[in-house]
Amino acid sequence: MLFTSYEFMIFVLVTAVLYYLVPKRFQWCLLLAADYVFYAIAGAAYLPFILITTISAYLAGMKLRSMKRRQEQYLAEHKAQMNREEKKAYKAVEKKKQWRWLLLTLLLNLGILAVLKYTNFTIANINSLLHTFGSGGRISPVDFVLPLGISFYTFQTLGYIIDVYRGKYEAETHFFKFALFVSFFPQLVQGPISRFDALSKSLFAEHRFDAVTVSRGLQRILWGYFKKMVIADRMLVAVNALIQNPDTYQGAYVFAGMLFYALELYADFTGGIDITIGIAEMLGIRVAENFHRPYFSKNIKEYWNRWHITMGTWFTDYIFYPISVCQPMLNLSKFSRKHLGDALGKRVPVYLSSFVVWFTTGIWHGASWNFIVWGLGNFVVIMISQELEPLYRRFHGRFPQAKEKWGFRAFQVLRTVLLMSSLRMFDCYRDVPLTFRMFGTMFTRWNWGEMFRGGLMGLGLAGKDYFILLAGLVILIVVSLLQRTGGVRERIAAKPVWIRTFVWYGLFLAVLLFGAYGVGYDASQFIYNQF
Amino acid sequence: MSEKKRSKKKIMTAAVVTAFVLVTLWLLQCLLVPKYASAVVEGNLIAEYYKEEKDHDVLFIGDCEVYENFVPAVLWENYGINSYIRGSAQQLIWQSYYLLEDALRYEKPDVVVFNVLSMQYNEPQREAYNRMSLEGMKWSMSKVNAIKASMTEEEHFLDYVFPILRYHSRITELTGEDVKYLFSRPQVSYNGYYMRVDSKPAENVPDGRKLSNYRFGDNAYDYLDRITQLCADNDIELILVKAPSLYPYWYEEWEEQMEEYAAEHGLKYINFLELIGECGLDFSTDTYDAGLHLNLWGAIKITDYLGEVLRRDCGLEDRRGQEHLAEVWEQKLEDYYAEIARQKELYGVK
Amino acid sequence: MDENIMETLLEILSDLHPDVDFETCDTLIDDKILDSFDIVSLISEINNEWDVTVPADKIDPQYFNSAEALCGLIEELLED
Repeated sequence: MLFTSYEFMIFVLVTAVLYYLVPKRFQWCLLLAADYVFYAIAGAAYLPFILITTISAYLAGMKLRSMKRRQEQYLAEHKAQMNREEKKAYKAVEKKKQWRWLLLTLLLNLGILAVLKYTNFTIANINSLLHTFGSGGRISPVDFVLPLGISFYTFQTLGYIIDVYRGKYEAETHFFKFALFVSFFPQLVQGPISRFDALSKSLFAEHRFDAVTVSRGLQRILWGYFKKMVIADRMLVAVNALIQNPDTYQGAYVFAGMLFYALELYADFTGGIDITIGIAEMLGIRVAENFHRPYFSKNIKEYWNRWHITMGTWFTDYIFYPISVCQPMLNLSKFSRKHLGDALGKRVPVYLSSFVVWFTTGIWHGASWNFIVWGLGNFVVIMISQELEPLYRRFHGRFPQAKEKWGFRAFQVLRTVLLMSSLRMFDCYRDVPLTFRMFGTMFTRWNWGEMFRGGLMGLGLAGKDYFILLAGLVILIVVSLLQRTGGVRERIAAKPVWIRTFVWYGLFLAVLLFGAYGVGYDASQFIYNQF
Repeated sequence: MSEKKRSKKKIMTAAVVTAFVLVTLWLLQCLLVPKYASAVVEGNLIAEYYKEEKDHDVLFIGDCEVYENFVPAVLWENYGINSYIRGSAQQLIWQSYYLLEDALRYEKPDVVVFNVLSMQYNEPQREAYNRMSLEGMKWSMSKVNAIKASMTEEEHFLDYVFPILRYHSRITELTGEDVKYLFSRPQVSYNGYYMRVDSKPAENVPDGRKLSNYRFGDNAYDYLDRITQLCADNDIELILVKAPSLYPYWYEEWEEQMEEYAAEHGLKYINFLELIGECGLDFSTDTYDAGLHLNLWGAIKITDYLGEVLRRDCGLEDRRGQEHLAEVWEQKLEDYYAEIARQKELYGVK
Repeated sequence: MDENIMETLLEILSDLHPDVDFETCDTLIDDKILDSFDIVSLISEINNEWDVTVPADKIDPQYFNSAEALCGLIEELLED
C-alpha cells in the first residue's frame, strides 16, 4: 500500500475510527492488529522475517534483563564481602556474558538484512572480478524477497537491544507490546527510526478522543500529502525523463535534474514523514521528528543533523561512538599523536570512524556502488569542511558582521543545497562512471539556451505543471521561514474560523485538484521504500 | 455567553462549514467532469436513456456498430416500432449485459438486438471507453457489477463513485463548455442513434491480420449466455446482429462460432455483411469514415431491412396509431430532421 | 568536585570552542554546542590526560551537557 493510495487512506481512517471506539485498554492491541494486517497486505511472505526479528530481540531483551537483575541482586547481597577489585572482576565477567547475547542478536538480525539485501550485490561484484581476471565462470543472482521496511525495523530493533545491553532502560516484558514497537505501521515503510524510550510511552498508553489532537494530526497528514502529491509526484515525471535518458539530457539539463531531484526527494521524503507523524499524532502517539528544515543548514555537517535525523543519530550512537571511543581506537589515537603530532593525530579516530559510518550509511541506502560512493562523497565533503574550519574562523574573526548578513546566510544555504544535490547525483544515474561523466557535462556542454527555449517542455511536464511546482515551492519556503519562529498550525488555530476553513480546505483542494495522482500519472513508489 | 449558547454556536459553525465544503466539492465535481458536448459526444449516450419515456418495443445493445448503424426514427416512420439504442463506444459484452439488466428495471421490450462484434474482447480494455459506457448509468447493483467487471488494472472503484478523483487534473483544461453544461447536457443522440450525413468512401480496406486463436473467450461466452438467459427469463426475443462494417475485420472463424451459437440457442442471427447487396449498401457513399461506420444514408438502408424482419418475423405491431406515442415521435422526428438539415449544410451534402 | 580535574577539563574544552563559556553553560548537548566530533576529541583528550576510557554508553546528555557533569563522570571513572 502506497501512502498515496486510496487503500492506505481508507486503512488509516478505519484504524483511527476503531482506535477510538474500542475500550481504551485495547487500543494498543488494535494497533498491533492493524500493523500485521498492513504488513500482510504488503506481502505475506514478509511476515516470517519481521517475526524472527521481533522474537529474537524480545528473547534477548528478556535474557539481558534477568542477567542484569541477577547481577544487581548479587552485588547487593555481597556488598560487604567484596572489595573493589573483586566487584570489578565480577562485573567484567557478567558484562562479557551479556555481550554474547547482544552479539548473537546483532549477528542474527544483521545477517538476515545482509543476506536479503546484499547477496546479489556481492554476487555481481564477484562476477565482475571473475570477468576482469578472464574467468568465464559466473554466479547467478538469487531471487530473495526484500521485506517492506526491513532496514528500518531492523535498525529500530537493534537500537533497542543495544540500549538494553547498555542499561539505558529495562527490556520490555510484554511480548505483544514489544511486537507493536517493532511493527508500528505508519513508520514501517520509511521511518523515522524510533527509540524505544521515546516512543513506547505514548504508543502503549490509553488515549481519549480529543478533537484538537485529531485535527492537528489530520492537518499534518494533509500537509504531507500536499508535498508528496502536488510537488514530489509531479516533479518525478521530469526527474525520470532526465535521468533515464543521459545521452539526450546533458549539460544544463543535468543541473536542472540535480535541482529537480533535490526538490522531489525533499518533498517526497519529508511529506511521507509528515504523513507518518500526522497519523501517529492523530492517535495521540508521539513519533520523533526526522527533519528540521535541512536545506537551511549552514554546512553539510549541520545538514546531516537536520536531514533524516533519526537515521543520523542512530549511526552516531550505535556505530560512530562505539568505534571512535573503543580502546584500540584510543590507543591508535595516542600512537598517532606521538608520531604524527598532536594536531593531526587527534583527528585519526574521528576520521576513521566517520569513514566507517559513511560507508555503512551509503550501503544501508542501497546495495550498489552508487550509494557507497555517495556515502564516501559525504565523508570527503565533511572532512574538507572540518579541515577548513580554522580558515572559516579567521574569516569570521575579520568580518564578525558577516554571520548576520542576509546575503551570507543565503550563500551558505545555496552552498548546502548545491553540494548535497550534486552528491545525490550518484543516487540518480545508472552507475558511478556515468554519474561522473554527467557531472562533467555540466561544465563542458553549454546548452542553457536550448533548455529554456522549450527543452524543459519535453520532459513530460507542461508549462502549467512548472507553474504549479513553482507555486508549491514558494509555499514550502514560506512555511519553512514561518516555522523558524514557531509552529504554523498553532498560528492558524488562533485565527477566526473562516480563515481556518480557508487555509485547510484550500490545502485539501490543492491536493485534490493539483495532486499528480490517478489514471495518467505514474504512481511513484516511495523513494525510501524497502530500504 | 452561556455554556449552552456557546456549544450551540459551535455546532452551527460546524454545520455551516460542512455544508459549504460539501456544496463546493459537488460544484467542483460538476465542473470538472467532461461534458462530451462538442467533441466525443458518445460520452453522453448512456445517460440520455433515462430521460426517455420507457415503453420501447425494441432495445439495441452493443458498441458503435449499433449506435451508428441503426436509426430508431426509421423504425418508427416506416414500421411504427418504438425503439432505443443503449450503445456506447467499445461497449464490452459484460457492459451490454448490465446495461440491459439496468434497462429491464424500467421496461420490458419485446425484442433485444445485440451486435456481436464485442465477442472479440474477453478482458477489460481501455479506461476511457469504460468511462463513457459506465459513467452515464444511474447507480444500481447493475452499475456496480458493470464497473467491477470492466475495470482495468490502473482503475479504482472510488474513481467512479467520486468522478472528481478521476477528472481532477482537468482543472487546468477547463473551457466555457464546462460552465455552460454545468448542470445539464445537450441532447446528442436520436433515441441513442449518433447521426452523420457526410461521406468518405471506403477504399483499400485491409484484410484482417492473422490471429493465433480465433475462439472467442470464455468470459465473453459467459456473458453472451447470460444475455440469452436474461432475455429468456423475461420473455424477450434476442436477435444477434453483425453490422456491415468493413473494419474491424470480421473473421470467417468468428462467423462460424456465432452461427453455431445462434442455432444452438434458437436465436435469430443476421449478418449484414452478407446482406450488403440485398440492402443496396454502397460503400462509396454510405459510410462517413471509409467503412468503419455507416452514415445516415447507409444506416437507413439496413434499418429498413431490420424493420421488415421485426414486423414480419417478430410480429411487432404498428403503433403509429397510438395517440400519445405519435405525439412523442412527432417532436422527435422534428428534431431528427432539423439535425439532418443542419448537418447537410455543415458538410455541404445535397 | 576535584578542582584540579575541573581546571584541566575547562582548558581542554576551551581549546575546542574558545568562544563558549563552559563554566556556566549546562546545555552543551541540548543546544548542539558540542557535536559528535567534539565529543570524540574530548573523550580522546580525557583518555590522554587521565587514562580513563569513557564507554560509548556513557555518551549521554546527562554526562555531557555541562563541564560539571563531565567532571563528575571522570571522577566516577577514576574511582572504578
